[in-house]
Amino acid sequence: MSQAPTPAAAPAKRPAGRGGRNLELSDELKAYKGVWVFIEHDRGHVHSVSWELIGEARKLADTLGCPVSAILLGGPDEPLEKFAAEAFTFGADKAYIMKDPVLKGYRNEPFTKGMTDLVNKYQPEIFLLGATSMGRDLAGSVATTLLTGLTADCTELKIDPTSKALAATRPTFGGSLYCTIMTLAYRPQMATVRPRVMLMPRADASRTGEITYDTLGMIETDIVTKMLDFIADANSNKINLPYADVIVSGGKGLKNPENFKLVFELARVLGGEVGSTRPCVQAGWVEADRQVGQTGKTVRPKLYIAAGISGAIQHRVGCEAADVIVAINTDVNAPIFEFAHYGIVGNAMQVLPALTQAFAAHLALRSRQVA
Amino acid sequence: MHIVVCIKQVPDSAQIRVHPVTNTIMRQGVPAIVNPYDLFSLEEALRLKDKFGGKVTMLCMGPPQAEEALRKCISFGADDAVLVTDRAFAGADTLATSYALTAGVRQIAKEQAVDIVFTGKQTIDGDTAQVGPGIAKRMGLQLLTYVSRIVEVDLEKRSITVERRAEGGVQVLKTSLPCLITMLENTNEMRFANLPAMIHAAAYPVRKWSKEDAGIEDLSKIGLKGSPTVVSKVFGPTPRSEKVEMLDLESSSLRDVSLNLIQKIFTRHPTLESDLLMKEMT
Repeated sequence: MSQAPTPAAAPAKRPAGRGGRNLELSDELKAYKGVWVFIEHDRGHVHSVSWELIGEARKLADTLGCPVSAILLGGPDEPLEKFAAEAFTFGADKAYIMKDPVLKGYRNEPFTKGMTDLVNKYQPEIFLLGATSMGRDLAGSVATTLLTGLTADCTELKIDPTSKALAATRPTFGGSLYCTIMTLAYRPQMATVRPRVMLMPRADASRTGEITYDTLGMIETDIVTKMLDFIADANSNKINLPYADVIVSGGKGLKNPENFKLVFELARVLGGEVGSTRPCVQAGWVEADRQVGQTGKTVRPKLYIAAGISGAIQHRVGCEAADVIVAINTDVNAPIFEFAHYGIVGNAMQVLPALTQAFAAHLALRSRQVA
Repeated sequence: MHIVVCIKQVPDSAQIRVHPVTNTIMRQGVPAIVNPYDLFSLEEALRLKDKFGGKVTMLCMGPPQAEEALRKCISFGADDAVLVTDRAFAGADTLATSYALTAGVRQIAKEQAVDIVFTGKQTIDGDTAQVGPGIAKRMGLQLLTYVSRIVEVDLEKRSITVERRAEGGVQVLKTSLPCLITMLENTNEMRFANLPAMIHAAAYPVRKWSKEDAGIEDLSKIGLKGSPTVVSKVFGPTPRSEKVEMLDLESSSLRDVSLNLIQKIFTRHPTLESDLLMKEMT
């Protein structure tokens, strides 16, 4: 295992930071340049959060005047060059590819070794990953191995004009507050971002880039954890909230799981998904995959209808990026009316069926007109 | 089998309020609870103990009052509890926290070798999901995050097989002990504490370790000093500049309000209507 760069202690004459800690970047670490994005792929598909991050990385790199690199680890038979070409169209300038039989299918140990070796060799200034089950697993391991800072689930990434450091903003305390976090004396500056928090960049087919290959230097017998099987989710019943265009969400205001059917009916008419809140998931009314919010999914639908949801901050951070938010709640003072676009003060059990009927009639009428 | 479960005492985030002027957390009256995600790991540890025998030791880093969270875990059936508590830990980010907890696990392992370390998937206050992987890397343990089921443990062969939730499916992974596991939420249900267990827990002498007791000498790795991340700004969510448009149910019928709302939605987002019609027709 290659050694992480040990940040040199600041010379004594430099002013010490808060708590006597070093907040100055050593000369050795000043050499770290460029913005990296870990390209997450699985069974032939790149997770779209990776492209969202390339778009974000492009903005950061343009501010810093440095290149964007896509990092691809995978098996010899996986189309990593194709993914690299796609990364170039979204804004990457370079791609680092590491191909090895042991990198087929994500496992923490070989991916952590591959990633830390690449970071130590090419020394990126900023390293971004998706806050997915793969990205979070890998980011935590890599940051600890490199002994650098990692900021999770960021909602905004910027370059601080004074220090030129990455200013990563994230919700904290369940979303009640936002925190801007910087890694001043360590490199790379690492951050994860959830799917659908950043906008998907526009592809430019004319863009190309340069590919660099590296080897892992690990064989299967070196690796303790074996993957015995991968059981793919049945696509038919998979809940995919982060990518739904329309989401109808129900909360505790629906009183009981029976009434939740009304939410499903409206969602069905709109061809959308059903979302919910943490208390409903905890009460067992709906599956955990339907939870929208800080400890659930971040969504970005065109239309978000919240029925019987008070709009606690934990829920708000998960849905406020929706284009149109409609809130139905009996309590006129519910916080949901502070961030909804349209509000109806009323009983969701009555409003939902009326809305379902009106939408169905409207769409039926319009489709006859169009046809 | 000796299992260490790392927990955190957190403010119940559902009840947290932010001071509107100072943008600080108002903790008064907010109950402190065991991080809910940690309980899925604790329950899984207790199930392994039920099956294989042995001992479950709880570990927590936090202020002296976090002792209550550990006591709660004792009432559920954990055998022993250690609170690593020292002013020097204040201000720790996830990297510094993983260092302190690693020291705690190592110290506990001196008393009896540890087979599995459990942590929660993430906490409900920090939400980072970084401390578990951090401890695993520091200790050189195999890391199994987002575990949805422990399929098999073979103590003879020192092996463990688990199902791990990944994007788009479930990985079945086999690895060797010792390892670090973070359980996925809703994978089990926490057992109830009975009255004798609660009485036992109330009197249980939770061990409190200072940084020295935990074997930490290097102050540069803990607390604020050991934290590479610097919090530069804390602020409340920005209020939306646009005000909500309320549709009045008092003066018009439910049907009219619904039709009015639909008009407004489609006027505001013209492509949405055509998208829905496309879906309708296909």
